[in-house]
Amino acid sequence: MRGNVRAERLLAIADDELILGWRDSEWTGIAPTLEEDVAFSSIAQNEIGHARALYELAAAELGTDVDALAFDRQPDEYRCAPLVELHLLDWAHTIARRYLYEEADRVRLAALMACDDAELAGLAAKIDREETYHRLHAELWAARLRDEPRFRAAVEELWPYALGVVEPDQRAELARRVGLRVESTQTVQRGQHTPELAELWNEMTEVRRSAPGATW
Amino acid sequence: MTVFEVFRQEKKGQAFQHAGSVVAPDAAFADAWAREQYGRRGESEALWLVPRESIHQVTEWADEFDLKYRRVDGYSIKERLRIARERAGRASAGDR
Repeated sequence: MRGNVRAERLLAIADDELILGWRDSEWTGIAPTLEEDVAFSSIAQNEIGHARALYELAAAELGTDVDALAFDRQPDEYRCAPLVELHLLDWAHTIARRYLYEEADRVRLAALMACDDAELAGLAAKIDREETYHRLHAELWAARLRDEPRFRAAVEELWPYALGVVEPDQRAELARRVGLRVESTQTVQRGQHTPELAELWNEMTEVRRSAPGATW
Repeated sequence: MTVFEVFRQEKKGQAFQHAGSVVAPDAAFADAWAREQYGRRGESEALWLVPRESIHQVTEWADEFDLKYRRVDGYSIKERLRIARERAGRASAGDR
């Protein structure tokens, strides 16, 4: 698997979407209002759908399949950014992550849509169309909570993690979009993992590991 | 929070029908949430979101003199229909 630059790039994004989709789905049934519960769960499902599409491209590249990539790797083989791994237990942090991730994803997708890899650029455009709604949702919350100290504090706390979602040359654009500064902090880089990822992985892969090789 | 009543149009040209409601802090949130609850499976052509307080409701009905003849259930239409059909049947059979 090592050395395949295209696959590594695809896996980084796919892992972000899968792990964030998983984390966001943890709010299903307990989000602040019924309406938000439905919306948030739906967005989580969309992100997992994006992960699936990206894993399909990576699987073709690596001669494996989507489920193997999603579930059969060890936690330290995942390429996701630490931002998506964090187990956030309050709404201010959760919505701050959603907002920061959407802004980071917007910058990343814009670059992918313009890249020379036609297959990836096409998929990025398809994903981007669905992200329009995610952005609408994130922007609504960010605008509403802008002056709430708890939300501001959560955004600032997660900012070093958000920087780690995008490539170094995309960070200035991300900072401009969210009104923060790249130099104000030390980026939490992709490639390292929080202990929370191993916990999530344990739960996420439990059923798959319980019956290796089973056809579902 | 405001209750927005949601009306859903299934196909272009069809009448909007009441689908349910969403409780939201403002119209923008109502828009975002109603899309998810009433449109994410492609089941709606369009939605109308109406703040519940904008709806003028009518519940009082005066019928002090019990004017049954103004209601359709005042007529026994079934029997009249049976007789009319029989007559029509005989007439058409005779025409042939």
